[in-house]
Amino acid sequence: MTLKLPIYMDHAATTPCDPRVVEAMLPYFTEKFGNPGSRNHSFGWEGEDAVDNARRQVASLIGADRKEIIFTSGSTESNNIAIKGAANMYQKAGPGEGKPRGHIITEIIEHKAVLDPCKRLEKEGFDVTYLEPGPDGVITRAMVEGAMRDDTILVTIMWANNEIGVISEIPEIGALCHEKNVVFHTDATQWVGKAPTDVNTDNIDLLSMSGHKIYGPKGVGALYVRRRRPRIRLVALQEGGGQERGFRSGTLNVTGIVGLGKACELCAAEMDSERDRLLALRKKIEDKVVSELDVVQVNGHPERRMPHLTNISFGFVEGESLMMATKEIAMSSGSACTSASLEPSYVLKGLGVGDDLAHSSLRISLGRWTTEEEVDYAANKIVEAVRKLRDLSPLYDMHQEGIDVSKIEWQAH
Amino acid sequence: MAYSDKVIQHYEKPNNVGNFGTTAEVKQRKDVGVGIVGAPECGDVMQLQIKVDDQGNIEDARFKCFGCGSAIASSSLATEWLKGRTVDEGLEIKNTQIVEELSLPPVKIHCSVLAEDAIRAAIADYKKKNGIEN
Repeated sequence: MTLKLPIYMDHAATTPCDPRVVEAMLPYFTEKFGNPGSRNHSFGWEGEDAVDNARRQVASLIGADRKEIIFTSGSTESNNIAIKGAANMYQKAGPGEGKPRGHIITEIIEHKAVLDPCKRLEKEGFDVTYLEPGPDGVITRAMVEGAMRDDTILVTIMWANNEIGVISEIPEIGALCHEKNVVFHTDATQWVGKAPTDVNTDNIDLLSMSGHKIYGPKGVGALYVRRRRPRIRLVALQEGGGQERGFRSGTLNVTGIVGLGKACELCAAEMDSERDRLLALRKKIEDKVVSELDVVQVNGHPERRMPHLTNISFGFVEGESLMMATKEIAMSSGSACTSASLEPSYVLKGLGVGDDLAHSSLRISLGRWTTEEEVDYAANKIVEAVRKLRDLSPLYDMHQEGIDVSKIEWQAH
Repeated sequence: MAYSDKVIQHYEKPNNVGNFGTTAEVKQRKDVGVGIVGAPECGDVMQLQIKVDDQGNIEDARFKCFGCGSAIASSSLATEWLKGRTVDEGLEIKNTQIVEELSLPPVKIHCSVLAEDAIRAAIADYKKKNGIEN
C-alpha cells in the first residue's frame, strides 16, 4: 500500500467524520427535516424521536440518564453554560451587593474556553484560584483540597489536557467536591469517547464534550447536567423558546445531534480495542524519537496520559522550522510562533518547560484511521527533520561543545 | 503560513551552513568575525561568521540559525551577499533588501532585521579583533 500524503496527525484539533456518522445524519437534512419543537405533526415527532435517540446514545457513553444531556454547539458553549451558569446560580451574593460573590477553583493549563469564562467571572466579582500543576501536569485531589475555602462554589478541572494529554484525578476531585457540597465541572472534550466514563462513579456534576473530537460533526456538543444527588441548577445564558430544559434555548441542530449520537455509539463500541491500538502506536513514535535523538523530552506524566496524544519537545530546534521540515505530517506546534506571536505555549510553560523547549514542541495526536505505516513514516521524518535542523543550529553546536545555552546572556530583540 | 518560493529554496538547500571552527577557536582567529544575535526564548538565534583576507575582502561566510524558515533563509541569503564584498560594503546590506528579495510578509520582517544585526555584529567583531576604527 502506498502512503498518502499529507498524513493527518492532529486529531486533538479535530477528527474527520466517520462515514457511518454521515450516513446516519443524511436523512435529517432532507426527508426528516422536522423541528422537534413541532409537537402537533409527524414531521416534528420524527425529529423529536431522532433527538431522543441521540440523547440516549450520548447518555449511555457517559453513564448518564438521557434527561441529563443538554445539546449545545460544542465544548466552548458547554463550558460557558456550565461555569457561568453555576457561578451565577450558586453565588453567595449578587453583583453590586459589595460582598464576595463566591470562590471558584480551576487550573492554569485549562483550555481558553474554561479560562476565559473564569476570567470574566473574576471581573464580575468572583474569586478564582488557578492551580498550578507540577511538571507532570496532573491536578490531584490534594491540590484542589488545599485550595478549598468555605465560600468555594465551583471547581472546574479538565479531564485530559488538549496539548499534553495528561489526565487529572477527576473521580477523586469529584468525590472531594461532593463531600464539600461544591459543584464539580469537567471539560472532558479530549477524554470522552476515548476512555470509559461514568458520571456517577466518577462523581461528575457537569461535563462538557464536543462532537468533532470523536468523529462526529463540528458545531455540535453536549453538556451533562446532573439531575439527582445533587440536582444541579444553572442560570441560562441564552433565552428564548426554552428548549433543552430551558438551559439552552434555540431550535435543535437535529442533523448534528443525530451525528453526535451516532459518534458516541461508535466510540462506545470500539473504545477498548481502539485504546490499545492507539497506545501501541503512540509508544512507537515516542520510543523511536527518544532512542534516536538526544535532548528530547516527552511532556507530561509518563503514564497518566491519553493513548492517542503525545507532546514532545526537541532541544535546540525551533518549532516553526520543525513544522516546515515535517510539512507532510499535519501536527500542531507547541509554539504559537506561527500565529505571529512570540509566546510559546502557556500549557508547556505552566508545566515549567523552559521557553527554549516550549518553542520547539510537537503535539502529535493519532486517530481512528492512523496506520502503523503512517506512524513509522512520521517518526522517521521527525527524526530526520530534527537532525537536519540541528545541523543548522548554533545552539546545538554550543551544547555539543559543552556550553550551557541557558547561561548565556542573550540580547533579546 | 505560506512561504515564498525563495524562502523555501533557501530553507530546503541553505547556502554556506557551518562555521570556521569551534566557539573557542574562532574567538582566537583574527581573520574571522563572529556575530551572534537573537535569543532562544524569542525563537531565533542567528550566528554569522565572515572570513576576511588581507585586503579586507570577505572571502567566505558561514551561518548557523535556530529559527523559523524565514530566519534560515535570511541568514543563508546574507552569507551569499557578503561573499566577495569588502568589510565596509558588507555594512551596506539592509534588511529591507532582504525583505524584498525573499518577499517576507510583515510578521517575518524581524528575521531580516536579525540578519542585518548579525552582519553588523560579525563585521564589528572582525574590526575589533583587528583594531580597526569604525
